[in-house]
Amino acid sequence: MKEEVMLMKGNEAVAHAAIRYGCDGYFGYPITPQSEVLETLESLMPWETTGMVVLQAESEVAAINMVYGGASTGKAVMTSSSSPGISLKQEGISYMAGAMLPALILNVMRGGPGLGTIQPSQADYFQATKGGGHGDYHLIVLAPASVQEMVDFVALGFDLSFKYRTPAMILADGIVGQMMEKVVLPPFRPRRTAEEIRKQCPWATTGRFGHRKRNVITSLELEPSKMEEVNHRLQECYREIEKSEPRWEEINTADAEYLLIAFGSIARICAKAMEIAREKGIKVGLLRPITLWPFPKEGVRKGAEGKKGILCVELNAGQMIEDIRLAIHDSIPVEHYGRLGGIIPSPTEVVEALEKKIIEK
Amino acid sequence: MEIKDIIKEENKVYSKPELLDNVHMHYCPGCSHGVVHKLIAEVVAEMGITDKTVGVSPVGCAVFAYNYIDVDWIEAAHGRAPAVATAVSRLWEENVVFTYQGDGDMAAIGTAETIHAANRGENIVMVFINNAIYGMTGGQMAPTTLVGQKTSTTPYGRRIDLNGHPLEITDILATLSGTCYVTRQSVHTPGAARKTKAALKKAFENAIAKRGTSVVEVVSTCNSGWKMSPVKANEWMVENMFDKYPLGDLKVE
Repeated sequence: MKEEVMLMKGNEAVAHAAIRYGCDGYFGYPITPQSEVLETLESLMPWETTGMVVLQAESEVAAINMVYGGASTGKAVMTSSSSPGISLKQEGISYMAGAMLPALILNVMRGGPGLGTIQPSQADYFQATKGGGHGDYHLIVLAPASVQEMVDFVALGFDLSFKYRTPAMILADGIVGQMMEKVVLPPFRPRRTAEEIRKQCPWATTGRFGHRKRNVITSLELEPSKMEEVNHRLQECYREIEKSEPRWEEINTADAEYLLIAFGSIARICAKAMEIAREKGIKVGLLRPITLWPFPKEGVRKGAEGKKGILCVELNAGQMIEDIRLAIHDSIPVEHYGRLGGIIPSPTEVVEALEKKIIEK
Repeated sequence: MEIKDIIKEENKVYSKPELLDNVHMHYCPGCSHGVVHKLIAEVVAEMGITDKTVGVSPVGCAVFAYNYIDVDWIEAAHGRAPAVATAVSRLWEENVVFTYQGDGDMAAIGTAETIHAANRGENIVMVFINNAIYGMTGGQMAPTTLVGQKTSTTPYGRRIDLNGHPLEITDILATLSGTCYVTRQSVHTPGAARKTKAALKKAFENAIAKRGTSVVEVVSTCNSGWKMSPVKANEWMVENMFDKYPLGDLKVE
């Protein structure tokens, strides 16, 4: 089937995108505000069409370990959850990073800590970008700002995770997950055959087909020198990703005196704030990191050149601002404006914060 | 007669299974793991399923099972082997998937994954080594530790009021609709080992025929953890473990 234009929620769009990508398996557990991913998949019954496996697991822990198992065999597998569930998945995510397995994880963030709230939040930035589980590792983290990007990042996330053999995360929030927008769904791509998987993933535990040497997927190595080697190999991979994969978007940055930096849905609010500020004669530009890891350091550094100050707007108490300050070495003033507990700032509120925290200072 | 005259094919009474690697095992002398590994290697080779068998190893002493049996292996996080096996089995229906788990893995940290995989009737084999102790971490209490049994975390013996009762996970699994074959065996005598091998074969046949989940518990010794000689450990197992964990089939469908 070809490309289709539809109106739907971000969570529903992810389900459609996964089937169309040729995803082999989804393993999930219900949690608000992302349960529509599993519900949509169950209602679309892809096992009848593409052969994709969909399974409601007994817990987030089981779901991520199913993803670990599926990924070990070279299949394109994914899971989705929201903040408290993602905390539970950290064990499996760390094991997948250690065992160098490709997989896609969607976090439709809600407020924390603890059970927190079911309202939108961006408070899992640290968890997503700095590792999250134990050990020295990173995930590739993509931050969608629209339902369209929820769709696009399914394919991008899978492609990058297979390219680098590392798990990728779509770090969305309750706004992008729940809002409905027009979306272009890509054409269906056939799932890879067993032969194609064996060719693409010679490391995968698909059974010793053709009497080949056995494959072992493990993150364990008790010999310290070998474990150091494993870690160096991971770090080399991360350096390569940092070099090649940073992505960001800039709007009106060329003539701007002030810069708003925001990711995900909040970048949409900041785009409106930028318009309001410009109507008032304040030259504001917007920089939106798309990959949160690798963080677009160069983009932010260049974007900050010649500006009078930066306001970082997030639905948290100040997380991405640390990466911004590191990227520009505090060469210009950087302030933070954040709302917590599920409250979403209005564009005017953002402009007022910019005036108060940066311009009038 | 010279030794070279004796070493002839017709005089051979025993061979190491071809799927068992030529390496030193890290298991303690007297431990049951080695025998169970050997039996699995024999069964897989004899059934001609070497190229489509995927093992899922646990956390515990058998974490390194992948170093000894020459099939594809996935090393799972502690207790998660049934979840890992679920995905492999569902995504590669033509493959034969088994988990190899200890008592802590199966009946403490992984109880949820174990029960739910079995309840879904995943077409997998669960091999459960029950030696009533945590061997790898140095002999702590396991969910299956007997009442009164001394371990490093029950130095005065397991007490029901402090530690609860030994968990009969295999009996629980036998009650679930998803299991098709649940049996309890041991490997302390050649005869017992032969019965375990037959049980493993039946379990693998069930997985191939997609009859549901098969569970083969092997009541085992951990002579190091129990602080006994291998012979004494076998005796202690017969005298103490078999009362609580009687051998035989719990469910055959």
